[in-house]
Amino acid sequence: MSGTFVGMPAFPKAAHDAVHNETLRGNLRHATHTIRAKRATAVAEVSDWAELREAGKQIKDHTLRHLDRYLVQLEESVTAAGGIVHWAADADEANRIVADLVRMTGETEVVKVKSMATQEIGLNEALEAEGIHAYETDLAELIVQLGKDRPSHILVPAIHRNRGEIRDIFRSEMGEWGRPAPEGLTDTPAELAEAARLHLREKFLRAKVGISGANFMVAETGTLVVVESEGNGRMCLTLPETLISVVGIEKIVPTWQDLEVFLQTLPRSSTAERMNPYTSMWTGTTDSETADGPSTFHLVLIDNGRTDTLADQVGRQALRCIRCSACLNVCPVYERAGGHAYGSVYPGPIGAILSPQLRGTASEIDASLPYASSLCGACYDVCPVAIDIPEVLVHLRERVVQGGVVTQGGNKVKLKPAKGHAAERAAMRAASWAFRHPGALRTGQRLASRSRRFHPRTLPGPGKAWSGSRDLPVVPAEPFRDWWQRTNGGKDTGK
Amino acid sequence: MSSRDLVLGRVRRALSDVQRDDTPYEQAVQRGYLREHGERSVEETVDLLAENLADYRAIVHRCADEELSELLMRLLAERGSQTVLVPPGLPSYWLEAADPTRVQDRGASTAHELDRVDSVITGCAVAVAETGTIVLDGSPDQGRRRITLVPDHHICVVRVPEQVVSSVPQALVRIDPTRPLTWISGPSATSDIELDRVEGVHGPRTLEVVLVRGRAGAEVAP
Repeated sequence: MSGTFVGMPAFPKAAHDAVHNETLRGNLRHATHTIRAKRATAVAEVSDWAELREAGKQIKDHTLRHLDRYLVQLEESVTAAGGIVHWAADADEANRIVADLVRMTGETEVVKVKSMATQEIGLNEALEAEGIHAYETDLAELIVQLGKDRPSHILVPAIHRNRGEIRDIFRSEMGEWGRPAPEGLTDTPAELAEAARLHLREKFLRAKVGISGANFMVAETGTLVVVESEGNGRMCLTLPETLISVVGIEKIVPTWQDLEVFLQTLPRSSTAERMNPYTSMWTGTTDSETADGPSTFHLVLIDNGRTDTLADQVGRQALRCIRCSACLNVCPVYERAGGHAYGSVYPGPIGAILSPQLRGTASEIDASLPYASSLCGACYDVCPVAIDIPEVLVHLRERVVQGGVVTQGGNKVKLKPAKGHAAERAAMRAASWAFRHPGALRTGQRLASRSRRFHPRTLPGPGKAWSGSRDLPVVPAEPFRDWWQRTNGGKDTGK
Repeated sequence: MSSRDLVLGRVRRALSDVQRDDTPYEQAVQRGYLREHGERSVEETVDLLAENLADYRAIVHRCADEELSELLMRLLAERGSQTVLVPPGLPSYWLEAADPTRVQDRGASTAHELDRVDSVITGCAVAVAETGTIVLDGSPDQGRRRITLVPDHHICVVRVPEQVVSSVPQALVRIDPTRPLTWISGPSATSDIELDRVEGVHGPRTLEVVLVRGRAGAEVAP
């Protein structure tokens, strides 16, 4: 298992391999079913869920529609509170900025809070190339890092690992990175958590630089919010002298009051808790007299495809996402294929609409992601900001098949229709012609009815793959319109 | 062009289809949700807080103000704590009866020093009943964020009913966003192994909350 997503095969190939891994399927079924039931209970506890969801959607939509204004306001507030704001157009620039900031401190190691944005830009690898070691401190991220693995879930990147596998990774790898796993470590979750506590403690206590993301940034106050469970976030946010937060530009909410919505919907959607154990909020830095937390605070705002996504009138709703991962946990496709098949740090339904928008649909994996869904809509039902994921999926399929104008790197470009959909396009053209020629349609239907005995069970040629996993519809003995005419619309009951 | 201008320019171009509207923000979002869930008396709200704290494995105690120092002494003794961290503005009578050595948090205290302390006692800014949450805002009776993080045992004193609100929206109104804030709901936990919750990772593994009634806090340090 390599630690990178580059050169991933298309979703169908990757998923095909994953569904044959029985351990993986067992692990995922167990985990997603556990959280699914708990989430439903946590949501049912609040009678105004629908209103909270609607408000969350409206807050995010409003923010996105005025994003330039709120970005400028946020920059002012953070600066006024003593923070330093940096802007990065893409991943490379963000990585360069962070590496330079770390180098300026003279440190060669940093502790990290779990962050999707830094995963997305590949920060750890970029820092490593500069001789800076980044230690992941979230338990699941630690498991992924120690196992030289890739994340497979937004909230629980090691969801594909069961307790036995985690114990084995801890036993064999912890010593390489620092304090080894305790002698006789068993696979009980409490013991595994204790092993992580001991292993990371020394790193927290000596850390001089912390790197985080943020769940929310409040434009009016310049406050950043990190929602977490273990306390590793608090460690990284308060003990180091320098804090660098790398955050996507869409993470803004306009006002302090807006947090009242998301602090109710996010914990219930992600870990199915009334409230997660720890939420940290900080506004710039505190003055030196009563200094609490880092004396230097850098905020790196990243675009990295977000403005391209914003330019798409249908697809931009994906930027409302608060990374709760509820859509992953209910998705029948995710449950069976697992997160790695999506070839991105954003797996599951949200990943299937986010990755092809952030990265474009040029690669094989990105062009295949809009199809990684049965369009059942369970993701939309549970989304706390009401992202209509099926709508965006269909929209992106259209883009892949038909091509058209999209924004890439801030510029409008015209995409050619993707290769490999020639048969689909030919079938659609034929259908469109037949529907415009009723005589031909009628003749065709009658011909099909009379020859039904000779119909194959699977399609030949290019249609073979399609019918490999589907039954071909059975053609009725008589076309509907013939039946209608013959029976006077069913009134003449003969047969 | 700076990256700032580049990104802002891209945002504006991306939004070229969007009609500019000047609806004030207060009217732009429909807030049809509730300010609190259900109707409860003050007593019931405090009970709900206790219930939800306990549900997430915090250990809850209740006492009258005059019993507080006695109770804190007992909790520290039961834990076997030799040292206890004390924020600068903790009412002095809270620890009148306690035996452990007091450790003050100084600007120069290193994280390693804090790691050797057995327990920490603080007040809080506000507590949220519906979610079983206590919020610390770094006031003198709560101290810097690190002191409630590194020691393994945290005792938090909540003055009831004054410091208790029902809901998250009510709590946010009471809090000053510019302060360093920590919202705590039970001891440190993780769901990272098979999505099942396990208590006790990096933060204090034991959280005790004392709901104290009466005069407490009348003697808040200057």
